[in-house]
Order: sequence, then C-alpha cells, then structure tokens
Amino acid sequence: MIHNRENTLIIETPEGIEFSIRLAGPIIRSLAWAIDLACISAITKILSSLMKVFSIISVEFAMAGLVLLYFLVSIGYGIIMEYNFRGQTIGKRMFNLRVMDIQGLNLQLHQVIIRNIMRPLDKLPSVFYMVGGLTCFFSRYSQRLGDIAANTIVVWNTGVNEPDLDQLLPDKYNSFRDYPHLVGRLRQRVSPKEAGIALQALLRREQFDLIARIELYSEIASWFKNIVEFPQEAIEGISDEQYIRNIVDLLYRSENKKA
Amino acid sequence: MIIDIVKFIEDEQPYWSELEGVLMALGRDNTRKMDLHEIRRFHYLYQRASADLGKIMTFSSQTGIKNYLESLVAKAYCEIHETRIHSKTFSPRRWFFKTFPRAFRYHIKAFYLSIAITLAGCIFGGLAITLDPDSKAIIVSFEHLTGSPSERVNKEENKSIDVSGSGMLRFSSQLMTNNINVAILAMALGMTFGVGTIIVLFYNGVILGAVAIDYIMAGESVFLMGWILPHGSIEIPAILLGGQAGFMLADAIIGHGSNETMRKRLANVSRDVVTIISGAALLLIWAGIIESFFSQYHEPIIPYSVKISFGIIELILLSWLLFRSGVDKKEKPGFKEG
Repeated sequence: MIHNRENTLIIETPEGIEFSIRLAGPIIRSLAWAIDLACISAITKILSSLMKVFSIISVEFAMAGLVLLYFLVSIGYGIIMEYNFRGQTIGKRMFNLRVMDIQGLNLQLHQVIIRNIMRPLDKLPSVFYMVGGLTCFFSRYSQRLGDIAANTIVVWNTGVNEPDLDQLLPDKYNSFRDYPHLVGRLRQRVSPKEAGIALQALLRREQFDLIARIELYSEIASWFKNIVEFPQEAIEGISDEQYIRNIVDLLYRSENKKA
Repeated sequence: MIIDIVKFIEDEQPYWSELEGVLMALGRDNTRKMDLHEIRRFHYLYQRASADLGKIMTFSSQTGIKNYLESLVAKAYCEIHETRIHSKTFSPRRWFFKTFPRAFRYHIKAFYLSIAITLAGCIFGGLAITLDPDSKAIIVSFEHLTGSPSERVNKEENKSIDVSGSGMLRFSSQLMTNNINVAILAMALGMTFGVGTIIVLFYNGVILGAVAIDYIMAGESVFLMGWILPHGSIEIPAILLGGQAGFMLADAIIGHGSNETMRKRLANVSRDVVTIISGAALLLIWAGIIESFFSQYHEPIIPYSVKISFGIIELILLSWLLFRSGVDKKEKPGFKEG
C-alpha cells in the first residue's frame, strides 16, 4: 500500500491491479459526527419520553432505565449503524463517508466495536475530540486512535456513475472527419494526458466563469492547432469550444460509431 | 495512444453490470451463499473488471470510467479476498464459557501485570494511610468513606430497613455504567503505550488499599469483607480485565521483540480485546446488581457470614470460569504470541 500527497490509500490487489481510495479528513469527519451526535440526542429524547410512560408504574424503574438506555445508545449507536449499514452511520451517509478495513476488506464486528468503544479516549479532553482530531490530523491515513486500534479508515464513498459520452458529444457533423489523414496524425501525436485535459475541460464546462472558460478553451484550442493544422475551410466559423469538441470526438470516438 | 472509449464501454458494460448485480445481491444479504458456478463467474467478472481498470489506467485519462471501475473492483476485492473467519451463528453460551475464558488465558500475562500494578497501588494507599492518617481526605474522595469507619459501621447497622429498595435500581444502573466506563477507559488508555492503563489501575489500587487499611486499623475487618466481597469479588477482577485488555493493546503498540508491523500486531489482538472487555462489561452488570441489592444491606438484616460466604463462592466460580472453563487439551497456558 502506498500513501501519496492526495490523501488517498492505494491498494494493490494480488492480480497486480491498483485502485485508490480517497481518505476522509478530520473536518468532514467532525461534521458527520455532529450529525450523529444530533441523532443520538434525538434517540435519547424519544426514549426518555417513552420512559416517562413507565414512570406511571414506577419512577424508580423509569430512572434506572433512562440511565441504562442513554449508556447503551451512546455506545451502541455507532456499533449497530456501522455494522449493519456497511460502515455508515446517518452522519457518514449524509456526507458520503464510510468506514472500511484498512486493507480494503469488509468490516468485522470486533473492528466496529473496538473503534467505537475507543471514543472516550478520542473525545478527550471532555467531549471536544482533541485527542482524536489531532491524531487524525497527524496520522498517515487520517485515523483517530480508535481507527488505529481497529485497523479501520474512513473513506469517501464514491459513486459508480458512468460518464455519458453521448450527452457530452452529441451526434453533430464534425468537419475534421473529412480529413482522415489529419485525424490519423492527430491520434498519433496527442498524448493521453493532452486528450484528458481536453475532455476534462468539456466535462467541467459549467464550473468555469464565462471569461475564464473562453480563455481556457482558447489556450487549449491553440495547443491542438499547433499539433495538427486542419485546413481553413474545416475550421472556418467554429468557436474554440467547438474546436475542442471536434478534437475530443476524434480522439475518443471510433469511425464506426459516427458512420 | 488513445483507446476507443465508446467501443470499450460497449463491449465491457454487460460484464460490469453483471458484477454490479452480484455485489448488490451480496450487499443485501451478508449470509448469502453462492454455489461453485456462481463463485467462478463472480471471480471471472472481478478479474475482467480488474483487467479493464488496468487498461483504462494505461491508455486513457478518462477519470469517470476509472472511478467507476475502481469502485467496482474495490467492492469485489473485499468480497473475494476476505478470508478472515466470519461466524454466522453466535452462541452466547459458547461465547461466555469458551471464547471469553480462552481469550483471557491466552493473554494471562497481561492480567498478571494488571494485578501487580493494582497491588502496588494497594500497598501505596495502605502505607499512606498507615504513615499519615490525614492523607485519607485526599486519597479517598468519596464522602461516605472519609469519616470514621466505626461510626459508619454503627450507622449502617442501625439504619432503618427499607424493604422497598427505593433508589436501589437507579443506584444499580449508575454503578453498572460508571464501572463499565472505568473498564473501557482502562482498556482504551492502552493506546498510550499502557501509561494511562497503569495510572487507572494504580489509582484504583491506592483507593482500595487506603480504604481497606483504614477499616482494618479500626477493627472493622468483618464489616469490610461483608461489604466489599459480595460485589468486589466480581467488580475488582472485571476492572483488572479492562486493564488486561489495555495492556494487550499496549503490547501490540510497543511490539517489543516482534518482527510484525504494528498493524498486524493490533489485528492479532483486537478480537480478543473486544472479547475480554465485553466479558468484563457483563461481569460489571452482575456486580452492579449485587452492590445495590445485596452489599448495601448489613447485619442484622443479612449476617456477615452469609455475605462473606457469598463473595467467596462468587470468587471461586469466577476463577473456575476464567481458568478452567472451556479448557482445550491442546491449549497451552500462558501468553499467546499473535
């Protein structure tokens, strides 16, 4: 396993394939814990209301029950949620986080228990999570003490949505395709990194300010124009953005698809 | 060189979807068992997705598909490569009479260390009270223990009988939660290389030693035993078990004489740490009940001989549970490395 500056854990499988897992830092984790704390408070509040019903029968029983229930909820909430919902509590689910084994394997019950019963130590001093927060901040894999003891990590729970290339590159006429020899030269000369930059520029179109986008697309278009020069009639009247779309279309789509 | 991404997706998509379907089915039902054919197919799909991930990483900077495949491979990886024992049926009886005592015996040296530190604290507390009786107010912070032992005994033996047990249930639940928290803290502080665990155990020992010597010097030994033994014969060993779990963690952190990584050492003990601290919590629930409903009643309500005998019987049963229950013929006594 390798740890790099991007705060990711890279796991190499026995098949020789590497995949990366993005680790969650102390700030986002503390936000998730704030939500969980609110949930614990809400559950305790509901249970104390229920115990008031028992106080009609016996105040003594209701008080004792309340002490035990608060204790069980405060310790059991994290254990039950993380074990039954694949490493997620309500707070972690809201922030798209997940607890997992440090080797990328499934969580075991004893791991879930140990990381949750270590909280009293991580919470010190009092309930401010100073110990846990600092340990998480300085830890190589952003682990608090409970995570270190249990060999667990908290990661971003990435989605599995496929990118929709057809939506990005609608079936429009691409004037560059009329010059197959230039298309071939383009595919030969452009590196994967350059192609990726062009594609990402289109994918992130809406994230840029208008001026910044125009400047960026102009720079990228110029770059590709220097790699392969298409005839004037092919590029006449098309914007820099359309130029990049045409380039990406040529690089990422096969001839058959367009035929 | 750029691969034809659309053709690549079109060719591989059915396999990815199939793998995703298998993973979703496994996610819905943890206990689901696949037959040999399904396992082979699952493995094939995993390998194919892994190979696709390898291709996409080499030939393209298409981050969307890379993330998608990474997510698929990561999920399949944890299902396929998980080889740790996962018991699907949990038997509380088997756990309490076999798993728990075995875990205790495997790490017996850590328990002996707990006893030694607590005893050191007891000696320190006893000596402090003997040499400087005024130190009692500082060492023993509990209000009902700071006064004269004889006065307290007199007061306890002459108090009115409350057969309703008013307040006892709440007292019992508070005792349980407080003691379990102390045991958990003793365990968790093992992460401070055991320093925190030593402090907790030593401090408990100091209080215990100071109170014991205070009552013995006042000639109230019988009351002391009748008061402490019924719950203390379970409560004190349970706190020591918390300390044992703490020292197991400390040993894994320090790793003296071990060639394994800290992660591996922690993985080796974490299951037993949880077993021992859970056993300690169960014992403390029992101790809380006894302390509230039995220990607080003294002569003439309950004769001291009965209370002392009860405490001794509990201690014998606990010793049998920890040292003899579930003994395997192949089991070797002493500390188990790894």
